[in-house]
Amino acid sequence: MTPRRAAWHRATVVSVTAETATARRIELEVPTWPGNEAGSHVDIRLTAPDGYQATRSYSVASSGPGTRLVLAVDEVVDGEVSPFLVRVLAVGDSVEVHGPLGRFFVWTPSADPDPAPVQLVAGGSGVVPLYAMAAAHERSDDGSEFRLLYSVRTPDDVFFRRELAALRRTRVDLVHTRSAPEGDRRPPRRLVREELDRLTLGPALAPRIFVCGSTPFVETVSRWLLEAGHAPAAVRTERFGGSG
Amino acid sequence: MSFVNSGFTGRRGQRDERLPPGQTLVEDWPVLSAGPTPQVSTADWTFTITTEDGAEHRWSWDDLTGLGIEDVTTDIHCVTHWSKLAMPWRGVPLDAFFADVDTSADYVMAHCHGGYTTNVPLEDLLDGRAWVAVEAEGEPLTPEHGGPARLLVPHLYFWKSAKWLRGLQLMPDNDPGFWEQHGYHLRGDPWQEERYW
Repeated sequence: MTPRRAAWHRATVVSVTAETATARRIELEVPTWPGNEAGSHVDIRLTAPDGYQATRSYSVASSGPGTRLVLAVDEVVDGEVSPFLVRVLAVGDSVEVHGPLGRFFVWTPSADPDPAPVQLVAGGSGVVPLYAMAAAHERSDDGSEFRLLYSVRTPDDVFFRRELAALRRTRVDLVHTRSAPEGDRRPPRRLVREELDRLTLGPALAPRIFVCGSTPFVETVSRWLLEAGHAPAAVRTERFGGSG
Repeated sequence: MSFVNSGFTGRRGQRDERLPPGQTLVEDWPVLSAGPTPQVSTADWTFTITTEDGAEHRWSWDDLTGLGIEDVTTDIHCVTHWSKLAMPWRGVPLDAFFADVDTSADYVMAHCHGGYTTNVPLEDLLDGRAWVAVEAEGEPLTPEHGGPARLLVPHLYFWKSAKWLRGLQLMPDNDPGFWEQHGYHLRGDPWQEERYW
């Protein structure tokens, strides 16, 4: 696929739904959108009536050639843009979108008959671009093995719960850090190294690995992956900032 | 601008003339990297400038500190829309390293531990506008912020200030580095909003 050139587009909100208690799923119709690869992101620019503007980056949960973009935005406490997107933005509103952005933290189907397996590791809302990859894989003929390890605070904080449960070609492992669902034998706690080793594809399988989450999560997980023997070049990382 | 987002006010009072267009002031220091953080000790650290003819100039950590570390207070601007203002740094100006380097090349590729590269015009690295930085905010640079030493080119977007610096390769043409191959601008002037191509 040839790279799609990034440009500014006008988007119209076609639906907003609560994703979690603090996050919202926003579906945009972007008539001029050139399509995007799974894992890419966009800049959203808001303009106040007096011309003041603010711009933030958000991962895209959708991919492919269509003109619909799905975002899942977690509200940053005291943030500037995310509170507007989560609380105020309404169906029919317009926003400016710049993209598609990012050609490194993306997954595209392989033409290789025996492609390398793919391991996704998500912390919190870092699952958004990784969900896009798993969904793209689901729709493709790519035969690579896919696994997602998703660390989340509580069962109520899971993004794309229904969609993740419906994935047939990605094995999903959830670990809960604050409270676990009833009947879960794992006590709520942070992901530990032994679990990362056990719940992810090992270095002998030479997986391509995508890690997305907060900086401490990405630093810890990527260090453990290297210590487990994965090649640095096999590990791609993305972090979400806190500027909201 | 073709329309406004009614109901959006934004954070007022923070607009500062030192902020380039599209940037937001932050107080913390976000981390962005494409891959795992390399762990590099100062004992093993070397810095090499390689000319277009293949001539190598190399410095150890002690050589670097011997060149004279200076205080730098500067604003930094990340392409992901955050800026920090008046940030205290310490580093060695690139002019000190290039004093004895004979070159007619116009461009430089910075090479880093972990495989990261970024291209910079040589003139953007000279005349007191760029440093090999070893401290920020009064502390040695941590690994996640590019320690032990990173490039500091504060007048360009911060991806040009390559972390975990190990060398500079002089080159006649402006070949794209890592992010530049992935859609980021060849030069990256924040005042021109040279974010993407």
